[in-house]
Amino acid sequence: MRPEGSTGGPAAATAAVVAKDRAPGRTGLWALAALVALLVAPLFVYPVFLAKVLCFALFATAFNLLLGYAGLLSFGHAAFFGFAAYVSAHATKVWGLTPELGILAGTATAAVMGLVFGVIAIRRQGIYFAMVTLALAQMVYFVSLQAPFTHGEDGIQGVPRGHLFGVIDISSNTATYYLALGVFVLGFLVVYRAIHSPFGQVLKAIRENEARAVSLGYDADKYKLLAFVLSATLAGTAGATKALVFQLASLTDVQWQMSGEVVLMTLLGGVGTVLGPMVGATIIVTMQNYLAHVGSITTIVQGVIFVVCVLLFRRGIVGEVQAYLARRRQGGR
Amino acid sequence: MVEVLGVPLPALLGQLLLALINGSFYAVLSLGLALIFGLLNIINFAHGAFYMLGAFVAWLLLQHVGIGYWPSLVLAPLVVGAFGMVVERLLLRRLYDLDHLYGLLFTFGLALILEGTFRQIYGISGQPYSIPPALSGGTNLGFMFLPYYRGWVILVSVVMCLATWLIIERTKLGALMRAATENPDLVRAFGVNVGLLVTLTYGFGVALAAFAGVLAAPIYSVNPIMGSHLIIIVFAVVVIGGMGSILGAVVSGFLLGLCEGITRVYWPEASSVVIFVIMAIVLVLRPAGLFGRRA
Repeated sequence: MRPEGSTGGPAAATAAVVAKDRAPGRTGLWALAALVALLVAPLFVYPVFLAKVLCFALFATAFNLLLGYAGLLSFGHAAFFGFAAYVSAHATKVWGLTPELGILAGTATAAVMGLVFGVIAIRRQGIYFAMVTLALAQMVYFVSLQAPFTHGEDGIQGVPRGHLFGVIDISSNTATYYLALGVFVLGFLVVYRAIHSPFGQVLKAIRENEARAVSLGYDADKYKLLAFVLSATLAGTAGATKALVFQLASLTDVQWQMSGEVVLMTLLGGVGTVLGPMVGATIIVTMQNYLAHVGSITTIVQGVIFVVCVLLFRRGIVGEVQAYLARRRQGGR
Repeated sequence: MVEVLGVPLPALLGQLLLALINGSFYAVLSLGLALIFGLLNIINFAHGAFYMLGAFVAWLLLQHVGIGYWPSLVLAPLVVGAFGMVVERLLLRRLYDLDHLYGLLFTFGLALILEGTFRQIYGISGQPYSIPPALSGGTNLGFMFLPYYRGWVILVSVVMCLATWLIIERTKLGALMRAATENPDLVRAFGVNVGLLVTLTYGFGVALAAFAGVLAAPIYSVNPIMGSHLIIIVFAVVVIGGMGSILGAVVSGFLLGLCEGITRVYWPEASSVVIFVIMAIVLVLRPAGLFGRRA
């Protein structure tokens, strides 16, 4: 999606150039500082909350790979997130798998679902793509509602966190947080690598002008499908991890509202920016935490944020900051 | 007793009647969606919320002003349609030059606000709305029992769809709308106020949704979340039918309602997903939809 609309563009291009000009060493330094901050964070903040933020940050980052870089708006990502949560909860609780195998099982399920959904949804474009993914996800919701292993309205409760690799006890909240952190960093690196690779460049080319990319010999559908599967897979990883963190997999995670939430996180943080989804996820999860007990206020506030983002700042928080920095740099020259 | 594939005929027909009612709502809602999409290029995610709003306005009119079903059938769509036009004029209009996905996101936000507001005030337990006295009761057709109100819903939905189709295909206004759908710039060059046309179309589509909401109020209870579930099914209906033709939207609405009903008789567990499965199959075999043109 291009926030400037059909006419704009130069500002974003400048921002990209500026970002590239910056010395890679400085980015590395920032990354290191962020990692250190994340490592010591549980000393100051409740670890389960932090782990929740990380799960949603990974979810939104995976979603952004699709929307921000391939230009595909999926309104059904809750299906991957939520169903993977069910699978990993079931695998660890009923089959007694270790947590990392549970997460892998959830991730693998999401990958297969992503492949099936992708093959169907990619046959239509733009708005239709969003509607098709939403409808397919609703199907998964109904399956989750009725399938015996998901336990309907109750969900799968009391999921054991168990021992990582069968050895390391992760039953404490802090240990679980570090597991979530490890999963998040891994997932983030995969996405980072993907968008900074030739694959990511081709995706962007298809987003900007599909016909031209096809004329250059790129099989656009194949690239879109690959991006979709990758995005679905990582969304599954996030959901599977969340099931272990909360020791619960429930219908909330497969509902259409969840698909809307991940769109909102990405939109608020900044579509097509590397850090945006994380910022958006942090803000939304924090907000939900404070508003959780005031009835439907959360829904209303989320709706308002949607409307305001779409009308007033389509670049999102990180996108606006980048654009501001780019403007200042240009002015200073 | 006559049986069809192991199901007694009256039970089967009763289910099919219910299916046709669902089909009526699918048809009226997807008709409005298709109209709006044709002219505004926006998928109105708030369509389900406007449907809910229609039912609520009727209920509020009855509770607080004492206005009954029949006046509400006209008043509620007018009120909700006017609200839709205000939203279009003030907010939605700013998004026309952008990627169409922003229209979807905006209307999604709008739907959340409307639904959240009503849920905050009225909770999620439904409010009852009784069938108007003139249509209560029913008649025995010999092979099945027909409640009058259900027959009325199907009848009035079909009439409404036909009337809309006639307006679009046979009147000057409809001709202008079709022309503006094809090429708004050219129509504007002829001195037609396309902006007004767009506002009216949006208002009309929204009013149709509200009308369906009033029709639904006595059948289902008046509930803040009645629209959000329905709209997702209607999206699938629209994908199956393709948004190229008005008639396609209506026909596929009724057909899919029937498919759902038949599934409910023979395989109840699958009835909630059957429309989505049909959508997936149609997408694989005929990506443009049954009645759609290749975009």
